[in-house]
Amino acid sequence: MLRMTKPLLAMAGALALSGCQYHVLAPSGWVADQERNLLIISTLLMLIVILPVLFMAVYFPLRYRADREDISDYDPGFTHSSKLEVLVWGVPILIIVGLGYFTWIYTHRLDPYRPLDHLEAGEPVEVQAVSLDWKWLFIYPELGVASVNELAVPAGRPINFSLTSSTVMNTLSIPALGGMVYSMAGMETKLHLIADHEGTYPGRSAHYSGPGFSQMTFDTLAMDDAGFDAWVARVKAEGAPLNAESYLALETPSIDAPVSYYGSVSEGLFDRIVELCVAEDTVCMGDMMMMDMMGGGGLQGIPNVPFYEYDRHRAIDGFGNPISLPAPEPKHYYEAFLADPDKLCRTPLDAKAKS
Amino acid sequence: MATGHVQPQETWSPIFGRLTFDWIPYHEPILIGTFLGVGLAGLIVLALMTRFRLWLPLWRDWVISVDHKKIGIMYMVLGFIMMVRGFADALMMRLQQALAAGGAEGYLPPHHYDQVFTAHGVIMIFFVAMPFVTGIMNYVMPTQIGARDVAFPFLNNFSFWMTVAGALLVNISLFIGEFARVGWLAFPPLSGASYSTGPGMDYYLWALQIAGVGTTLSGINLIATILKMRAPGMKMMMMPIFTWNTLITNVLIVAAFPVLTATLALLTLDRYLDFRFFTNDFGGNAMMYINLIWIWGHPEVYILIIPIFGVFSEIVATFSRKPLFGYATMVWATACIMVLSFVVWLHHFFTMGSGANVNTFFGITTMIIAVPTGVKIFNWLFTMYRGRVRMELPMYWTIGFLVTFTIGGMTGVLLAVPPVDFQLHNTLFLVAHFHNVIIGGVVFGVYAAVTFWWPKAFGFKLDDRWGKRAFWGWFVGFYLAFMPLYALGLMGVTRRMNSYADMGWQPYFLVAALGAVVILFGILSTFMCFYVSIRDRKRLACGGDPWDARTLEWANQSPPQKYNFPQDIVVTGRDMFWKMKEEGFKWSTDYQPIHMPKDTATGVLISAFALAFGFAMVWYIWWLAILSFVAMLAIGIAHTFNYNRDYYIQPDEIAATEAKGASA
Repeated sequence: MLRMTKPLLAMAGALALSGCQYHVLAPSGWVADQERNLLIISTLLMLIVILPVLFMAVYFPLRYRADREDISDYDPGFTHSSKLEVLVWGVPILIIVGLGYFTWIYTHRLDPYRPLDHLEAGEPVEVQAVSLDWKWLFIYPELGVASVNELAVPAGRPINFSLTSSTVMNTLSIPALGGMVYSMAGMETKLHLIADHEGTYPGRSAHYSGPGFSQMTFDTLAMDDAGFDAWVARVKAEGAPLNAESYLALETPSIDAPVSYYGSVSEGLFDRIVELCVAEDTVCMGDMMMMDMMGGGGLQGIPNVPFYEYDRHRAIDGFGNPISLPAPEPKHYYEAFLADPDKLCRTPLDAKAKS
Repeated sequence: MATGHVQPQETWSPIFGRLTFDWIPYHEPILIGTFLGVGLAGLIVLALMTRFRLWLPLWRDWVISVDHKKIGIMYMVLGFIMMVRGFADALMMRLQQALAAGGAEGYLPPHHYDQVFTAHGVIMIFFVAMPFVTGIMNYVMPTQIGARDVAFPFLNNFSFWMTVAGALLVNISLFIGEFARVGWLAFPPLSGASYSTGPGMDYYLWALQIAGVGTTLSGINLIATILKMRAPGMKMMMMPIFTWNTLITNVLIVAAFPVLTATLALLTLDRYLDFRFFTNDFGGNAMMYINLIWIWGHPEVYILIIPIFGVFSEIVATFSRKPLFGYATMVWATACIMVLSFVVWLHHFFTMGSGANVNTFFGITTMIIAVPTGVKIFNWLFTMYRGRVRMELPMYWTIGFLVTFTIGGMTGVLLAVPPVDFQLHNTLFLVAHFHNVIIGGVVFGVYAAVTFWWPKAFGFKLDDRWGKRAFWGWFVGFYLAFMPLYALGLMGVTRRMNSYADMGWQPYFLVAALGAVVILFGILSTFMCFYVSIRDRKRLACGGDPWDARTLEWANQSPPQKYNFPQDIVVTGRDMFWKMKEEGFKWSTDYQPIHMPKDTATGVLISAFALAFGFAMVWYIWWLAILSFVAMLAIGIAHTFNYNRDYYIQPDEIAATEAKGASA
């Protein structure tokens, strides 16, 4: 063992010198700050019971080893003690009560859905974040701009995120600013963060999402108000328009996409992304649900099925290349129907008439 | 596309389904190397077996055996073999992450790396940890309650071979096609028909479904055994604590595994028949899958750890020369854990957008589980208190467990606090946490069990020197490999990354890789330990009761005869064997005929067809799927007409075997 000590020490030194950023322990935003505090409170609370256990786990086998000189304290009858029972149930329960109290307070305080108005830190910025294969699209609806793989925010002002995804699940994670929330296709989730000071903070998807996942990163640029305005102006000047067509082009899978900007954003684009109906000739989810609530299309609705297809058009192979899926065998039911609508429709109705 | 590779064209032929030559990964040097290695080793084994004429004994004494002890040992062998496979995956990941920093790509492209981490998780949970705990329960529990076998011996053999069929299917995916690239729980939509094309995800589904049949049936079997086959006089509260834990574990299995089966079946319908349970379009919802899979997934981790708690309870009591402290408390604490394990599943996805009240509820229920778990740890400590603790090999693993598992428990409670989890979710902190409890808990526990019951199974102890090397390899290796991951998690480093830009992380990954190498030393020492011990079995021979143990499984010979006990034992209290020793118990020579089950090849046959069925479904080879499914049914039905399934061992034969003594 001794021989191994030296290289180990050297390595420990190298670790200490490497100067990594412990974003979770030394955060740069109010939310992450609170989460860090809770982490430390919880750890300290638990150490009340963890430390004695660790001590006993090492001390007891040494102290009560079989070959000790004086074995007069050997007591095979010591198998129950009401006092100890109360202690070993009671102390952990008290700790959990304490921890539960903090959990209740902090979980409500730090609910990702809760706006940060209470910080009174100025006008919040709305950001609609869309996880695409495999890059992030940030839309600023109030400012009419959008960016890919770069998130600019004004330091000291809350950021209200609305999240969704074009295909698979991801999470938006900026550890220096606070916790993460999933982005899911066909759904909208919320996240509220704030950057306390200016700086560049790494962000990424923290939920595995396919071949380009590792490169699904972005920089969060927290700037002062003037800097942020300048950034917006630059994006407006440089960027192409983001509309249905350019969104669908952007949405095709790509790995390690460069930062790019959009100078204008067509009205309601994010809502259409959420409703899976950016492309022409597609039915929005909300409309589909409304139709379903009214009884659905029934057999007569079968020819409309292609208008609801979403995932199939976005199929990828194992390397992230878009592919077209062959029609499954036996042939898709609605294709059979399209060939001869009467045949499918008539049979059940006739059967009904007979009975 | 950046990678420049494409997946083989999707085609279909009536004979081979969608399997084409393009799906054989002959362009992957790593896989070719593995294939050659495995093939060569396989050929050597086959040649040796033929040379020493071992085929018939293997078939007759092991493959078709319904003896719970042999099945238990086969489960352990399966666990160790698959552990080598799963650990090879771990080494590959550690090496990749140690290399791929700051623009370097490492040696594994995402297409391969993502299969490796998926396979690692699936194999380690389903085909290493599960066979290990099932094997231990299978071997030990019936002998602890004075039974001659499990309630349904044929079912036991069938369950084992179904697990093997699942494991084989996963391994076939190495050389024919590919494995899933979805993470071990295969969340849709990523695992759905559009985003996981190709056969990898289907290998996942059918491997788990086939193995799951085995697990569920084994759960039913062991519950029935405990409830119906205890020795006369053994009341529930007289059962050894390991048997109690086995009962609770199998209740969990029977309650939770059908959820897994149903969830995977729904995903299978999505993938094969265009259903829309978990798709984005047509009103499907992936969140349903995530809820369902964790409703199984959380009890699953208790399915793994509760038997291990039982193992440690037996070991601590035996090596402290004291009855277990707080037996009744232990039973109730474990029962509490059983119930609570079903009301915590949401803590796996606090970040999916549930409200603060829901998150708080599941956070607090999770913390509550820490209370009975903590009580168990205290009970083990108080068992040592005022005892006479012998630091034999199993105790090394036990102390290692107590220290490591306690730390893992603490980080677990941290993750149960929702706002803390918002930050640490999906980071390497989480990865470090569950390895902390699974290695520190399950793996250390399995090693403790193997070192403890090895003399029971084979009549000689394990070599101390190599056994301790294995312990130190695992113990030191674990801390080296996973403490850096905790640190990385606190930097916000995400799991499952193939490469990363921040050079500052690399030193931590290097230390973690070094830790994996130290664990490798531990694993090699394990096999060395087995080899040396078998070689020196005369020197290590130890008789029936080497540890001065307390429970019934030590009352017979080591290794036990196939009927376990020559006579029925009337149980009058806890720690019955200890009591028998105090009372100077001797087996009488008045033997009655013993009723025994006959071996049968039905289990292995059905499982072979299940494997063929799984393979056929993966590749859309419909004729083979239909044929093998019909064959499974036909063999199963035919088996019900086999009335020649039991026999009696006559008293003179028992007398002869007992007089001869254990063979070792």
